[in-house]
Amino acid sequence: MSELDSLKNRALDQLGACSDESSLRNWNSQYFGKNGEMLAALKKVSELPPESRKEYGQQANIVKEQLSASYETALKNCLEQAMLKSLETEKLDISLPGMVPPAGKLHLATQTLRDIQSTFAEMGFQVFRSREIEDDEFNFVLLNMPPHHPARDMWDTFHTTDPGLILRTHTSPGQIHVMRKFHPAPIRVILPGMCYRYEAITTRSEIMFHQVEGLVVGTNVSMTDLIGTITAFTRKMFGDSRQVRIRSSYFPFTEPSIEVDMDCIVCGGKGCPLCKKTGWLEIMGAGMVHPEVMKNGGYDPAKYSGFAFGMGPERIAMLRHAIEDIREFWGNDLRFLSQF
Amino acid sequence: MKVPIRWLKDYVDFDLSLEALVNRLALAGLEVSGIKHWGVPAPEGLRLGTEDPYPVWDKDKIIIGLVTKVDKHPDADRLKLPTVEYGLGRSITMVTGAPNLAVGDTGQKIILALSGSVLFDGHATPKVLKELKPGKIRGITSDGMVCSGFELGISEDHDGIIILDDDAPVGMPLVDYFGDSIIELDILPNKARCLSMIGVAREVAAMTGGKLKSFEHKPNSFGPAITGKVNVVIQDTSACHRYTASLIENIKVAPSPAFLKRRLHQAGMRPINNIVDITNYVMLEQGQPLHAFDYDVLCSRAKGKTPEIVIRFATKGEKIKTLDGLDREISAETLVIADALGPIAIAGLMGGAETEVTESTSRVMLESANFDFLAIRKAMKSMALPSEAATRFSKGIHPDQVIGGANRALQLMQEFAHGLPAEGRIDCYPFPKPLQVIDFSLAEAKRILGIAIPIEECTKLLTSLEFKVEKVSNEMLRVTAPTHRLDIQVGVADLLEDIARLYGYDKFPETSLSEQLPPVLIDPELDFERKIKDTLVHLGLQETIAYSLTSPEAEAAFLESSKPAYVTLLNPISSERTVMRQSMMASIVSLTQANLKHTECVKLFEVGKVYQKVSGQTLPVEPYKLAIAICGPRNKPFWVEDSSGKNNLNFFDLKGIVEGLASGVHLEKVSFQPGNHPALHPGKSATLLIRDKVAGMFGVLHPKLASTLGLDNHEIIAAEFDLLTLASGLPVRYLSKPVSRFPAALRDIAVVVDQSITGQTVTAEIQAAGGNVLKVARLFDIYQGDRVPAGTKSLAFALSYQADDRTLNDKEVDKLHKKIEDRLKHVLKAQIRGKEV
Repeated sequence: MSELDSLKNRALDQLGACSDESSLRNWNSQYFGKNGEMLAALKKVSELPPESRKEYGQQANIVKEQLSASYETALKNCLEQAMLKSLETEKLDISLPGMVPPAGKLHLATQTLRDIQSTFAEMGFQVFRSREIEDDEFNFVLLNMPPHHPARDMWDTFHTTDPGLILRTHTSPGQIHVMRKFHPAPIRVILPGMCYRYEAITTRSEIMFHQVEGLVVGTNVSMTDLIGTITAFTRKMFGDSRQVRIRSSYFPFTEPSIEVDMDCIVCGGKGCPLCKKTGWLEIMGAGMVHPEVMKNGGYDPAKYSGFAFGMGPERIAMLRHAIEDIREFWGNDLRFLSQF
Repeated sequence: MKVPIRWLKDYVDFDLSLEALVNRLALAGLEVSGIKHWGVPAPEGLRLGTEDPYPVWDKDKIIIGLVTKVDKHPDADRLKLPTVEYGLGRSITMVTGAPNLAVGDTGQKIILALSGSVLFDGHATPKVLKELKPGKIRGITSDGMVCSGFELGISEDHDGIIILDDDAPVGMPLVDYFGDSIIELDILPNKARCLSMIGVAREVAAMTGGKLKSFEHKPNSFGPAITGKVNVVIQDTSACHRYTASLIENIKVAPSPAFLKRRLHQAGMRPINNIVDITNYVMLEQGQPLHAFDYDVLCSRAKGKTPEIVIRFATKGEKIKTLDGLDREISAETLVIADALGPIAIAGLMGGAETEVTESTSRVMLESANFDFLAIRKAMKSMALPSEAATRFSKGIHPDQVIGGANRALQLMQEFAHGLPAEGRIDCYPFPKPLQVIDFSLAEAKRILGIAIPIEECTKLLTSLEFKVEKVSNEMLRVTAPTHRLDIQVGVADLLEDIARLYGYDKFPETSLSEQLPPVLIDPELDFERKIKDTLVHLGLQETIAYSLTSPEAEAAFLESSKPAYVTLLNPISSERTVMRQSMMASIVSLTQANLKHTECVKLFEVGKVYQKVSGQTLPVEPYKLAIAICGPRNKPFWVEDSSGKNNLNFFDLKGIVEGLASGVHLEKVSFQPGNHPALHPGKSATLLIRDKVAGMFGVLHPKLASTLGLDNHEIIAAEFDLLTLASGLPVRYLSKPVSRFPAALRDIAVVVDQSITGQTVTAEIQAAGGNVLKVARLFDIYQGDRVPAGTKSLAFALSYQADDRTLNDKEVDKLHKKIEDRLKHVLKAQIRGKEV
């Protein structure tokens, strides 16, 4: 038996005895490593007399190919066996809790504001923001409430030590700002922002809250448009089967003024604790912009008309998520905020 | 405004269930905020206001009775045995302890409850409903009870039984006699006229098509004329529009009849005596406040002259003792009713004690006046004296109302106080209010309302509210407002409101806006804010919204001493919220601290405003800021891996958030410098620069501050940045980089440099030497300690070489790597650590 044959037989025997991946890898480096026996055998060709070289070389290469192929097959089989074995043994208790990647959330108020904004955006409303610290003129006078007007009692106001400077009690001063900026162009905006009221903080009332005011001004804007717009909004926000009820109301800056109710989202109008058994939930105040306010904004009320509405995102969120206590909003407890 | 339904029905007939009435009123702008029932069952589906149980008066068992005799209880001094007839020849004797029924009494009309009645237990607090059972009291059988208001559930009065008026019909079930529901209406400022039964009745009439009954009453006989008996002078006609004085003589002051007391009580007022009660009754009925003065006191004050009533503003330091017995100093902007000796009443607010009606009064001067709402509002505020009268005056009353009110009071005083009114009245009305006449165009109505309501319908609706309507053309009505309406201003807007609400909003169609779309409104800050919030949320932070009201103390440590002036509240609700905040870092640290009480890892941000006064400017500025705070373990403990090595969030986590934010919104020219902020650790804080402008600071909370705040066990890392400065880093557009299709060669390098050399410097040098082909140089280890010389540190970087146009061969990479090593050695005097790394 030639030296090559015995090398081959020995190698194949040894290969056959390999039972796992690591012994296979060892075998491989024993024969094919830097100083491996197979390479040594191949190199030997240079030591032979020239006439034997060709045959030896051919033989050696054949042996090399055979060994190499056998190794690849054995390795492949071994890995496959190992995998099959692992499929049987590696069983997870899939009932154990998963690892939730740490996530952040937007504040519930922001989420609600965005919902409102995108709903109105689809109806062509753009966002206009204005200041929170206002003067009496913009918060009251230009909105048809001269000093001592009885309607001022509707808003408990935070005054500042600067006479006439107050924290806005509603987003309505934005109506004047936006009208003065854009007149005589048509207007279709919502005015979201923080408002302040001098009130005791309770489960139902806060000193600070968001409001989203809407304002539409043009030469062709009417009460039926207002009703159509807020009905569309209500159905988009609360479901397309919602019923809307309009009540007469009063705001000094709109005339006629209305209050908008929708049928209770819990009981559908039968009466339940959420709607205090009335079947209705109040969602916003609205009305046709008062001619005085139109004038103060720079629009001629004989030619232009407009409507305005206002709602509280926190209140809407409370309705949607059955939140009992408005103080949760600025309490910023992660256990509350992370739910939304 | 509390409205008993029976009282309302004195003025208008309507056939509506209580539930329907409440609903209709709400739709018309008169919201019912509460209901109280007197003995009647609450209608199904309407439980407004009265969730508490109350007695429902059984028709067969709670009955009006007549006391025929009252005998002594044989065995108890304080108990009596009244015998009561209650119709159809029935009679019953029972035991009572009522103090207002005496042995020997006869003829009183009382309320009898027979066994089986369910009433409040007179001896139990809190209130409990209890069925009346037959029993023996000290040996005497008692199968019934004479009732007090408490037991019936209509008052808190235990002490005596209710004595009814003489004309109460014996045998009538009580629920038929005065069982009632009292609705409480929220009156909006434009419906001040509904602060009266008649005002509400007018609305109900218009709403239901019912007819308003006449409520004009006059005395049926008069005594000698008032002429020469009193003079009236209005000094300030802008504050007092009208003042009338009537005189009524020969009156007998006594308690009011039961029905009158009952109605006052239902409406929430306390009965006093017949004269005062009548003035209040008329105010509740008609909305016109009245005041009765003892005329004889006025005469004695006038010392033989004719009393002269002057309506004027108080002079400085004037005082008055008011009806409630308090001595009050009258502020100068307060209108008073005065005579020669001084103020006798605070106009519209409260009468004076000296001239009040007492048991001995026999002549009354009745004031029915109209004061300006503004004057009364100011007085109410400065005197801190709210009253039913002042509330009505402060919301505005039409001056025409004074006559009806005075007439009604005189008639009632004649009927219930034996008075004889003097013929005529003193009526001082210098500038009669003109009628409000409005031309109402149907086209205008259509333009605003969006629907065409026919001219006949408009006429009908307006007429139902007592507007006078004249048809000018098929397109135009001339409308005159009734003289009880002050809210109708020039223009059609107010008329439209009345028409729309009576027509019914449920009949309005829903239309889509057909007005053209406005020009595009661009608010880059709003878009930026949205991106910032979204990016931070993706980076794992929770958005918060803190109170923007705080106190200077709460944020002092977070602000430079040279901070701008505060916007300070004049009327704060608490000492913790006295100013508008200037530091968002302070509020977010405080929120973090609050959350650490229950949550291990807290990562918060807020985008909000701070408020700063600017000298020379009336309005403060309200810049938007971004605040961030993080604290706690970096990873949540989890069952899979060992979570023993709790790595806490540190400076570099926050820096990473800032970097993540900057790359997330594509800010340009972002750099960092060592920070200096009073609230932050001087060695562990940084300044963020955008285009070389300071955008804000971030870092570890200063240990001293942390300790003051009680945060010794937590290291909070906080930030505050100016939003507008951040936004200045936004490029107009940002460019993409092509992705190389050729493989990258990875090598590590570890260098030992002097400790003073920053990581940023080393990275910059590596990058400079590596050029375009060096795609990534990522720091992955820092070492300081025994294995490197003192005063040095070792930095290890993972480098990734990659060409855009070919596969790099080993030689090229080796050469470049060597170049980097050489540069570091040369420029930074760095030592390259063992090549085996």
